[in-house]
Parts: sequence; C-alpha cells; structure tokens
Amino acid sequence: MISLAGRDILHGWVRFLMTGFGLGLLIGVTLSMAGIYRGMVDDANVLIDNSGADLWVVQQGTLGPYAEPSSLYEDTYRSIIGMAGVARAANVTYLTMQVRHGGGDVRAMVVGVVPGGPGEPGQPGFLIAGRHLTGGHYEVVADVKAGCALGDTVIIRRNRFRVVGLTRRMVSSGGDPMLFIPLKDAQEAQFLKDNDMLLQQRRRTAQNPGFNRPNVPGLLDAIIASQTTSVYVNAVLVQLKPGYVPEAVEKDIQRWQRLQVYTRSQMRTILVDKLIATSAKQIGMFLVILSIVSAAIVAFIIYTMTMAKIREIAVLKLIGTRNRVIASMILQQAVGLGAIGFVVGKIAATLWSPFFPRYVLLEPGDAIRGFIIVMVISVLASILAITAALKVDPAEAIGG
Amino acid sequence: MSGNGIVIEGLQKRYGSGDTLVDALKGVDMQVAPAEVVGLVGPSGSGKSTLLKCLGAVIEPSAGLMRLGEKIIYDGGWKIRDLRALRRDNIGFVFQAPYLIPFLDVVDNVALLPMLAGERNGAARKRAMELLEALDVAHRAKAMPAQLSGGEQQRVAIARALVNHPPVILADEPTAPLDSQRALAVIAILNDMARQYETAIIIVTHDEKIIPTFKRIYHIRDGRTHEEAGEGKSPHELIKTDKA
Repeated sequence: MISLAGRDILHGWVRFLMTGFGLGLLIGVTLSMAGIYRGMVDDANVLIDNSGADLWVVQQGTLGPYAEPSSLYEDTYRSIIGMAGVARAANVTYLTMQVRHGGGDVRAMVVGVVPGGPGEPGQPGFLIAGRHLTGGHYEVVADVKAGCALGDTVIIRRNRFRVVGLTRRMVSSGGDPMLFIPLKDAQEAQFLKDNDMLLQQRRRTAQNPGFNRPNVPGLLDAIIASQTTSVYVNAVLVQLKPGYVPEAVEKDIQRWQRLQVYTRSQMRTILVDKLIATSAKQIGMFLVILSIVSAAIVAFIIYTMTMAKIREIAVLKLIGTRNRVIASMILQQAVGLGAIGFVVGKIAATLWSPFFPRYVLLEPGDAIRGFIIVMVISVLASILAITAALKVDPAEAIGG
Repeated sequence: MSGNGIVIEGLQKRYGSGDTLVDALKGVDMQVAPAEVVGLVGPSGSGKSTLLKCLGAVIEPSAGLMRLGEKIIYDGGWKIRDLRALRRDNIGFVFQAPYLIPFLDVVDNVALLPMLAGERNGAARKRAMELLEALDVAHRAKAMPAQLSGGEQQRVAIARALVNHPPVILADEPTAPLDSQRALAVIAILNDMARQYETAIIIVTHDEKIIPTFKRIYHIRDGRTHEEAGEGKSPHELIKTDKA
C-alpha cells in the first residue's frame, strides 16, 4: 500500500516544509527555555564546584554568601583552620557590581580571594590564559564572558586593575562573569566609603564628646582608624583533610565557633532550590505555555490541511477506503510535521544558544524528552482533524 | 436476471418525518444486465441523486430490494455488513468532475483501489497500466491530475472505476463538463468497457448529445421510474457525424 500521507506531503512539500520550519522555530524557543533552566542549574553547580570548598562558613542565621549578605571578621579563619579535619581555610568576599572596562560597563561578580596558586579555596580552578593572582594589589583574573583580554585595565570603584589571567565558566548564580581580585582590594571595594563620606564620618566622630575627650589623647585617632579599616569578609571557604566527613566538621564549627556552616549539598540546595527557584518556575510556566501554543498550532495546521482535502476524503471513503487508512494519513502528516519541527527546532536552538547572554545547556536527555513530547502533542493535535475527516459523508462526493 | 448486474424492486427513500416527511423515491424498479449501458434521466429534484446514492450503498433506502448479481444487498435493511468493501469491490463511480486524488499520479490514482483491497503495489500498478492503455492515457501515467486535460482526467476516472472489475458502474453526469466530441468519446469508452468487462453501467445525465446512444432509458419523475426504449445509436458513429 502506498503512503497517502507521504504522497500528499511530497505533492506540497514546500508548504509543508515551510510550515514545519515555522513550527520548528517555536520548538527551538521551547528547547532554549529548557536549556536556559539547565544552564542556570549548571552555573550554580559550577559555582560550587569551582570554589574548591567543602564547607562554607558564614554569618550565623544567614544563607550567605551567594543567597544572602553575610559578614564575618576576617580573622575568623584562624580559629577555623585550627579545628580537627580542616586542611585549608581562606577568606572570600563576593560583590555583584558594575565595573568599567573598555569604555563601557560590565555587570560582574567581584570575588576577593587570598592571592595564591590553584587549589586555594576561592581561587579559579583553572586558567585558559595568563597566571593566577600573585601580587597583593590591583590584579584581576577575569572570566572570558566579561570581554577582557590579558593586559586590559578594569576599573573597580576608584582603582584600576590589570588583567593577568583569564578563566572560563566562572559565573555567579545570576550569570554574571566573575572577576577575581586580591582580598584586600575587594574588601576596600565592598566596605570602604568614599572620601566625602570619610570626611563627614571623621567630623561627626570628632564632634562626639564621648570619642573626643580632652583628657584622653589618641582616643579619637584610634576610633577613626578603626572606622576606616575593613575587617570583614563574606565567608570562609574550608577544605577538609582526606577521610573527614563534612557533616561532622560542620557540626564542630557550628558548635564551637557559633557560625553558620553549609556543606556542598546544602549549598547546592540553597542555590538551586531557593535562589533560582522563582526563575525555574517562570521558565516552567513558559514551557507549559509554549507547549500549549505548539499543540494549538499543529492542531490548526493539520485541521486546515485536512479541511482542504475534504472532497478527496469523501471520494476516498466512497471508493471504499477504510477509516483507519484516512486516520493514519492524517496522523502520519501530524507526526511528520512534528518531526520536521523538532529537527528544525533542535538545529535552531543549537545554533542560537551561544548568542544568549546566559549559559544555555542543551542536554541530550532534554532533547529526547522534547522529541517524545512533540510526538505526543502531534498525535493529540491530529485528533481534531481525524474526527472531522471521519465525519465526512461519502455522499458529498456524489453531490445532488 | 442471472450473473452480475443490478436489480431494484420497489425501492423507497424517505427523508424527515411528520410534517417534514419527503418521499424522494416512491418505489423504483430497475434492472440493468451485465455489459449493458442504460441512461437515467429526469428533471432536477426528481430523485436521481438519491437513487444513485442508494445504488452506491452510500445512503440506506427506506424500503424495497436491491440485488447485485445473485447477492441481495438490501431487503428492508442492509444485508451486507461492510458497505465500504461492497463499494470498493462491486461498484465503480464516475462523477461529473473526475475528483482524482491530486497528490497521486495517474497510475496510482487508478491503482489505489486494488491496493486498498490488499493487492501488491506492483500487481495493482500493472493492472492500472493495462486499463490506462485501453483508455489511451497510458502515456500520461506519471503525470499529476492537474497536468491533464478535462477529457484525460475523465478517462482516468473511468479507469479508476473499472480497475477492480466491478459488476456495476454508476456514472453521475460524466460528460457534463465536456464538449460534444469528448462527451461522445467518453460514452464510447464506457460502452466498450461495459462489453469488455461485462459491467452494468447506469449513466445519470441531462446531456442531449449522449441520450441517443442508450438502448434503454429510465425516466425518473416524482420519485418513480418508467422505462422506455432508446435509440441505441453507436457513439462512434455519432462522433463521425458530429465531426462531419
């Protein structure tokens, strides 16, 4: 038996292909939405993995340092490093801000790390060019997404930083590229005030009789010095010695230091389930709406194509064609349209995903699930057209 | 009447009920022998199309009897369960417009019926080609219907009606869109095919050009038929006369 659906498609292949192409672009958008969600999750996982930490020590009662602000005294790490099971501990600051580069603004997450080699908690895990931070000041290792090149100058607040290294896939949970700078510079960028503010603060302090006592020389200077020095960091990243269970060390630090500690799995939960949960729901809603729109479009196209063949269907029924042959013809066309749409959509999503500002992760598993969903939608969408075709009276072919 | 052919006795068809009751057919009697071509003529609204639909097992009559060869297909109710298979295997249709399937080429338009009946594609196409050769359109076998002239399309439609060698062909105004030469040519083909394949052919027509070719004519008026003898002129002769 010849394929009626195949012959019909070949007969009007340009129209069919163009329809499939249009549908494909819609499917491409749907796949990209799924890819954006996967990318967000992957960014969160990469953020955790690349930090090189087994534990995050933050201010008590906060979800810091990525989901909430957190402040710790910078010497906190000294008491942590001496605890059982802790191999290395390092201060770190995170601040999302606008930095200036090449005459324009770049939204970036500025990460303050203790200069050192790879493996140091907080340091970028790998470089694709240049070197790690070695100097105490005014050097930066940038994610390539920031658009920097080696030797470029990046202006963060009042200071100019030279790009000495480039890394990749180091982004915040919001998708902003990370800029790694020495911890002292980062503290200054995050906590220190501008010159006018400092002058005002000194004047106010000097006018306070409690701080400016005539019979206590040096008190005012000491207080002003303490106000202009930043002694805070956002978190302490901890690496464990081999053989130690993160949960056990976490409990020890919480008990003895009275700080909040998160393990990797807890931090993953915070980032994925809390920080990007709303975005994920938003994308989920878009996916549902796009699926419904795709189904409606396939249904409309197949219904219109079937209605255009109503006389032929009446003739087919009159000359003895069984309902299942007619239903199969419509079903095959719907599935064919869905298949073309999926292939176009997959290619389109693959081609345009690198141009998205955020990382788009197109997983093969999502593609397989997407294909199955497209096929199911195509089958469901053909029901309307099949019902209409089966209702056609063969007497319509005779007329009268 | 023995062998193939069709016999109708007291066939009735009512539409609606109560005040809206319409008696479209009030007791039609008709019989057409194998290899015979008869005309069915009558004014608009006389019941021609209703009779054709009943004969084609497309609508169910209200009463009467229909016999196809030795087989009773209707006797106060359908006696055949699978009416589509009945139509496919026993009744050929030729319409006013050819109604070819636009996305199939000529040979597959004809071969589709045997394929639907389960015949292998190769064998069905071979049979279709034989008919297309007999109807002088084999050279257009690979053409699409839209590429054919009106006369060629009608010949392909006749080939489709004949391909399963049905005992009966129902033709509804098959010459309406054609000029007299082509109309007579189509009737000549139907006559030749009726003889060659022992097929009973009923032609519903208004066409004055072809009415003289029938040996028997059924007139239908107000849902009843009456039979009269026709002139029975050879369509081939009429073509020659028409040309002259």
